[in-house]
Amino acid sequence: MWSRQRGRLKPLCCGVEELRCRRREREAALRKARREQQLVSKRLLRDEALEEAEEGCVAMIFGEAEIQQFLRLAQRGTEEKEREGALVSLRRGLQRPETQQTFIRLEGSIRTLVGLLTSNQALLQLEAARCLHELSHSEQSAVVEACLPATSYLLTYLSGHSSDFIELCLYTLGNLIVESEAVRRQLLPQGIVPALAACIQSPHLTVLEALGYALSQLLQAKEAPEKIIPSASTDSSVLGSTLPQHMLQLLQPGPKLNLGVAVEFAWCLHYIICSQVNNALLITQGALSTLGLLLLDLAGAVQRTEDAGLELLACPVFRCLSNLLTEAAAEAVGGQLQLRDERVVAALFILLQFLLQKQPSLLPEGLWLLNNLTANSPSFCTSLLSLDLIEPLLHLLSVSNVVLTVLCNVAEKGPAYCQRLWPGPLLSSLLDTLAFSDTEVVGQSLELLQLLFLYQPGAAQAFLQQSGLQALQRHEEVAQLQDRVHALQQTALHG
Amino acid sequence: MQLPPALHARLAGAPGSAEPLPVERDPAARTAPFRFAPRPVRFPREHDFFEEGDVQRHLYLQDVLTQVGGAPERPRVPEFTCQVAGCCQVFDALEDYEHHYHTLHRNVCSFCKRAFPSGHLLDTHILEWHDSLFQILAERQDMYQCLVEGCTEKFRTSRDRKEHLVMRHLYPVDFRFDKPRKSRGPVMPGAAEQVLAEAPGDDGVPSEVDAMEVCSEHVEPPPAPAGERRAYSHREMELVSFSCPRTVAQNLA
Repeated sequence: MWSRQRGRLKPLCCGVEELRCRRREREAALRKARREQQLVSKRLLRDEALEEAEEGCVAMIFGEAEIQQFLRLAQRGTEEKEREGALVSLRRGLQRPETQQTFIRLEGSIRTLVGLLTSNQALLQLEAARCLHELSHSEQSAVVEACLPATSYLLTYLSGHSSDFIELCLYTLGNLIVESEAVRRQLLPQGIVPALAACIQSPHLTVLEALGYALSQLLQAKEAPEKIIPSASTDSSVLGSTLPQHMLQLLQPGPKLNLGVAVEFAWCLHYIICSQVNNALLITQGALSTLGLLLLDLAGAVQRTEDAGLELLACPVFRCLSNLLTEAAAEAVGGQLQLRDERVVAALFILLQFLLQKQPSLLPEGLWLLNNLTANSPSFCTSLLSLDLIEPLLHLLSVSNVVLTVLCNVAEKGPAYCQRLWPGPLLSSLLDTLAFSDTEVVGQSLELLQLLFLYQPGAAQAFLQQSGLQALQRHEEVAQLQDRVHALQQTALHG
Repeated sequence: MQLPPALHARLAGAPGSAEPLPVERDPAARTAPFRFAPRPVRFPREHDFFEEGDVQRHLYLQDVLTQVGGAPERPRVPEFTCQVAGCCQVFDALEDYEHHYHTLHRNVCSFCKRAFPSGHLLDTHILEWHDSLFQILAERQDMYQCLVEGCTEKFRTSRDRKEHLVMRHLYPVDFRFDKPRKSRGPVMPGAAEQVLAEAPGDDGVPSEVDAMEVCSEHVEPPPAPAGERRAYSHREMELVSFSCPRTVAQNLA
């Protein structure tokens, strides 16, 4: 997809401003859908307007008679080219919802299409598959569900060898998967998970990317945590298959790492992990190690290239690592992994800087990872200090309160740590945050101050000298902050 | 945000880290009213925290998917013919030839020339149609393997297997790659295999073109002597390079 994406010409009819405007609209629609927990919906996957703009000419609407003629020609035509041409025309017509409706209502039409899909004429097969793909894209459930008779064949073809054809089958399956739980209730017993597990061994990058997409849709389904991911489910278990091991292999950094493929499987891994089904299993399969190395690799990549899209991989990697670090099993393996390696912290900061420029809205996710790394790790807290990262961290104070939490993670480990936090810009930053009206922020600042007063001699003194008491005063009446404000005032004045 | 200059060098350096500073907590630290305790945080699937990243992900997917499905531009090459003996298909694009080859010539049964979509189905076919030992064993034990990858069930007859495919795996009753074997010659008493009627060609495809048979332009090979097995592998074709028609011709010559 990456190569295709770059080669794609933008339509001349849309100016840059209009594109930006459209993108904002699409974003708003997606945000709304997510809040309603409807983010996995067919409608949202296919951006209709953009597509129409891309088409040079609008497809015609075909009636029954025309469709019948195309089908007849495709089946019984004498000339290869004629048969193929008929299917191509049909496929173009099927881009229109009206034609789709007419098609599915025509008796025997799907049967004929499936017959062509499974025929021995390779090029007819391909075109028939493209017709099915068009139908699978539809917003109308009836149209999509009309494709169901073809699914056993689509799955069978996944074990074939023709990469273009398999790719098409996978995207079609991906569309069907998204359609409804009813569709998935057919696909799962038909063996979609073992079929994907066999297909993931393909050497073709385009196939792998398509497979990752289809699998990510399957894993994002509402019933996935109960019915698709767990190893207890007999034929449909993702964790019970070889898929996780292959996914991790495809995420290993190195010359073979392909960004488009990695993005898809990182998201797959995220959906599995955040479903909290059996993360210990993934850890034993080396997930933490692989993801840690991938993080390092990503940080290296953002330095080397202006490549668009690295944030698409950074996001799921942050999520996977952060969630895995909360597992008890992570503690157990922590010793043997480079999860003690200070390069992880270096990499994270390089990525934070990258995101600050590229996609600041993703910064909270990176900071979440930083919290999980430092919370119970003297090693990583020390790394923050020894790599001189406190000042850059303070720079992100305006982005998220988690910065304060991370600083508390460091400070609470005792005098040796607080000593290294002092002197420096920390005090003036804290005085700034005390000026905020946000109770959360101020509360965290008070916690940090207390730790500094406790472990760092001279901190209270310096605080007083910088008009700290006045800064505290404004919060004296606030319910959630009162007690802590008074306690700090006492400590500052009387030691 | 300025990063220390040494940071990039550190990333490129060796794994490892400085000795952690000694941890020394004062119990006064966590006494009321102060309550901070370091804690790794976990977010479940639907949490709002993920909204932003999810939205970005879907924007990306929208862009990707609008590009799928249209026939991609194929670079055209001078017309060439498939070099497999007896096949006279002509092509002007390598990808088309690749698909043709994989569909018709890749997984071909060397006994009856039927083509199959995958090695798995080919192997099953050879076992069930051309292996006399299979027939003998099948009289005593369940030998018909379920066709769905990952399912280890075996059945006494192909009809039982078909029923399993339909009931358990929701496969279509007329699944094309599970046509029962047509009995040839005299029916033996006690034969395990029932002859089922061939599925009528009401699916619109001309009945002389069986999904598993190669096109009629093929030259019929001399029939293999009954019961004789070939010493080498029954799979016909080795992997062929698709990079250039001339290379293909050389490989197949």
